[in-house]
Amino acid sequence: MKAVLLIDFGSTYTKLTAVDVEAEQILGTAASYTTIHTDINDGLKSALALLERKTGELNYEACYACSSAAGGLRMVTSGLVPELTGEAARLASLGAGAKVVGVYAFQLTEDDLEEILESKPDIFLLVGGTDGGNTECILHNAKMLASAKPEFPIVIAGNRTAKRECERLLSGCEVYSCPNVMPKFGVLNIEPTQKQIREIFLNRIIQAKGLSKVSDILSDIMMPTPSAVLQAMSLLAQGCEEEAGIGELVAVDVGGATTDVYSIADGMPEHMNTVYKGLPEPYAKRTVEGDIGMRYSVQGIVDAAGLHRISELSGLSKDRVVELVEELKEHTDRVPNGDIELEMLDYALASCAISEAVSRHAGTIAETYTMMGQTFVQEGKNLTKVKQIVVTGGSLIHTKRTEEIAAHALYDPANPSSLRPKEADVWVDRTYILAAMGLLSTYYPGTALRIMKKELEYHGHSK
Amino acid sequence: MEKRDKKVLVIGVIGADVHAVGNKILYHAFTEAGFEVVNLGVMVSQEEYIAAAIESSADAIVISSLYGQGELDCRGMREKCDEAGLKGIPLVVGGNIVIGKQKFEDVEKRFKAMGFDRAFPPGTAPETTIEALRELLHMDGEEK
Repeated sequence: MKAVLLIDFGSTYTKLTAVDVEAEQILGTAASYTTIHTDINDGLKSALALLERKTGELNYEACYACSSAAGGLRMVTSGLVPELTGEAARLASLGAGAKVVGVYAFQLTEDDLEEILESKPDIFLLVGGTDGGNTECILHNAKMLASAKPEFPIVIAGNRTAKRECERLLSGCEVYSCPNVMPKFGVLNIEPTQKQIREIFLNRIIQAKGLSKVSDILSDIMMPTPSAVLQAMSLLAQGCEEEAGIGELVAVDVGGATTDVYSIADGMPEHMNTVYKGLPEPYAKRTVEGDIGMRYSVQGIVDAAGLHRISELSGLSKDRVVELVEELKEHTDRVPNGDIELEMLDYALASCAISEAVSRHAGTIAETYTMMGQTFVQEGKNLTKVKQIVVTGGSLIHTKRTEEIAAHALYDPANPSSLRPKEADVWVDRTYILAAMGLLSTYYPGTALRIMKKELEYHGHSK
Repeated sequence: MEKRDKKVLVIGVIGADVHAVGNKILYHAFTEAGFEVVNLGVMVSQEEYIAAAIESSADAIVISSLYGQGELDCRGMREKCDEAGLKGIPLVVGGNIVIGKQKFEDVEKRFKAMGFDRAFPPGTAPETTIEALRELLHMDGEEK
């Protein structure tokens, strides 16, 4: 046996997964309350004790961890045009596993600056201009930031012409320079920036968030949890040298406060008569809906789907839905646990959460008529041909209606402009192993992939 | 800061127009002539030209229109450029920019009144446009 321990420091739970990389199987999982306010070691220790009860005493060869504790990796970005470098910066940050708490475009104002300082980001991403293009905006923004003497590190990834000048303006601050996130019009180059963000996270954030105390037991790699999940999903879709993947996929994690959506797919137009508009999106794309969540953000689901829809799906009266939603807001730890009404409501909420979050993630298509006849204009990714959906989150795991809920991620004839998958196999991550497998995949990609294939539960085929 | 050694053009076919061939030819001709070309392709809105011109600090915007609706599509372009901080950016238009047989002098006059620096009739060779761009961008002293 060769045991490896994988840790996910969450905002409420520390989750452990013990894996035997030789037998390629999971030895056990355990979770315990994260106690970052006092000492993160306590949470880890009690989780370890729980795990030991299941697996017996183990001698770990290695220990890897990811973290979304203490609010996760909070980032603020500034670009030039909102739909272009502004969007490129946002996509880069989300893909790096960040929680984007502020997005700015054009020249930063004094008001913006106050807001930024107040939001206390962990990292600021400063971009703007294609290479050789506009320098005015990024230089102005660098000057503005410098005037505030920020304590957070700043990643510069804009017009290369302005790089040195930005560095000079920001001397005295913690500054990192990366290649432009949008070197040419319509071309994204976000990986170098994401790598840099991850490195800063490793060196700086971990210390700031009290995780350094446990670093002596960690052998290596530390990344934001969403970044680990994205890595796992890329591996599951694309496979590695020794093992084939399951093909293009969409993954949804419906949480209590947010809903994360991942797509590992090309998504470019299918037909010749479709014109693509806007920024091309990354092959491995992540979005987070901060207003869509089963408990803390339950109101966001109701606002997005409408009371009528929730009532229709749950079979409860509108008044009862309102009452129950108020209750959930107050008692965010409530779970159905046999309560039929709450089960029905959670079904409706989770269905609407998935439908809304995947709609926002997927691209859209619009029909127009030109002198040359019918033409289609596509924006964002076309996911209609994606055949695999992976879902996770409490509301999908602790229910018998997983497949029914997951089906709401699919194409809806009533909303034909949303390019969601037409039909797909549904897979459920019942034991929350995705982040752990993402961590493991750095060193044991084949093993991580085979374990995921084994552990993810097939939940039917939805149309 | 390093100086740009090439002038940057933003090009594309405006409106609900999907004529892609001329656009490709212009892209190659302009690139060959030493311009840095940001090609937005077909079905381009005024806002897209402007956004691309801002990010790339373009020296000029070259608009094509082949389907006769160019005059409608181009209306307000100059004002929007002004609004977006691209004051004075050279605007060039060409193709089948109006419907029917009209005297091109009149057409040109109307486009100039709309704030376009140059307007070109159907069948204009790329070389003519390149010559006009060199003049507009004061590139006369440079090597051709």
